[in-house]
Amino acid sequence: MGSGPTFAQDADRSVSAMPEGLWGQPEVNVPDGGGTEQVRRVTVPATMVYDYTPGAAPTRFLRGLQEGRILGERAEGGTDVYVPSRGMDPVLGRATTESVEVGPKATITTFCVVHIGFGENAPPPPFVSALILPDGAAVSLYGTVLGIDHTEVRIGMRVRPVWKDPAERTTSFENITHWEPIDEPDVSAEELKGHM
Amino acid sequence: MAESPDAGEILRAPLTIGYDFQRTTGPVIGAFFTALAERRMLGIRDTGGRVVCPPVEYDPESGEPLTDMVEVGTEGTVRSWSWVSRVREGQPLATPHALALIQLDGADTSMLHVIDAADPSEVSTGARVRVRWAPESVDGFGNLVCFELAEGKG
Repeated sequence: MGSGPTFAQDADRSVSAMPEGLWGQPEVNVPDGGGTEQVRRVTVPATMVYDYTPGAAPTRFLRGLQEGRILGERAEGGTDVYVPSRGMDPVLGRATTESVEVGPKATITTFCVVHIGFGENAPPPPFVSALILPDGAAVSLYGTVLGIDHTEVRIGMRVRPVWKDPAERTTSFENITHWEPIDEPDVSAEELKGHM
Repeated sequence: MAESPDAGEILRAPLTIGYDFQRTTGPVIGAFFTALAERRMLGIRDTGGRVVCPPVEYDPESGEPLTDMVEVGTEGTVRSWSWVSRVREGQPLATPHALALIQLDGADTSMLHVIDAADPSEVSTGARVRVRWAPESVDGFGNLVCFELAEGKG
């Protein structure tokens, strides 16, 4: 080995995986250049552009969101309301035939505290990302919980959606900007069973 | 049997998924990129004495780590090439160009890069090319914009 890992001098490195640095690579002999500061990291963007079609059932869900409504669907003879619907009841194996409005009030079924924000629209960390069960639905939606300190968020907490202004709404899940707490008693874990 | 509710026209939209990955370079690629910012090209000497460019971190035969970086030329010889007539998004050049294996002077291996040429008739195996540098220093490989044809025959 050479004179040791180069990473010891890398003050900019915030994550160090191993005591000897990430590699056991030796230092290299470089012919004299212009004294430019050594490159240690580079940004490598990777992007995929898709032509996305959600299909018939999610289209119904997204058109509902444009009207400020959360629409689930139920199969004939079934009791569970799926939201967003994929067009079938996965337990019964039958197509959904009935559109059912759920929420807007909802319950947090589980959550995590996000310390490293991701993407342009992420709120300042730390914030809470949660699975949220709209009243009347059998399954939860993903959502961000704001308007409360992250240390006070709990499973069973009651929330409601905060919508964009009607004029700004599109056929997008982003019409619900986030969820905020409402002054109602928590739902017990027993009642949430099977809806996680 | 009941029908599913009518969805109206099925939605369709572009969806872009991307992330700016941060990659650490390590000593060899870091030195190579640093040299590019100084408008120099570096290779690395393998255990058999050949100069490999772009530099590799380990010997292609034995797997030994390599440490002896050497400066090579910014001109070279086309060893093989093909013509890209339909340019896809994200390529180094937006106009039709050659994709070529280029052996820089002083190197024993060839590197894959593009040659900016107006027409495939201008490009040939054995043609001489030189580096076109970015007008201003940028991150990593971006300093090397492309190659352009030079006079002479290799």
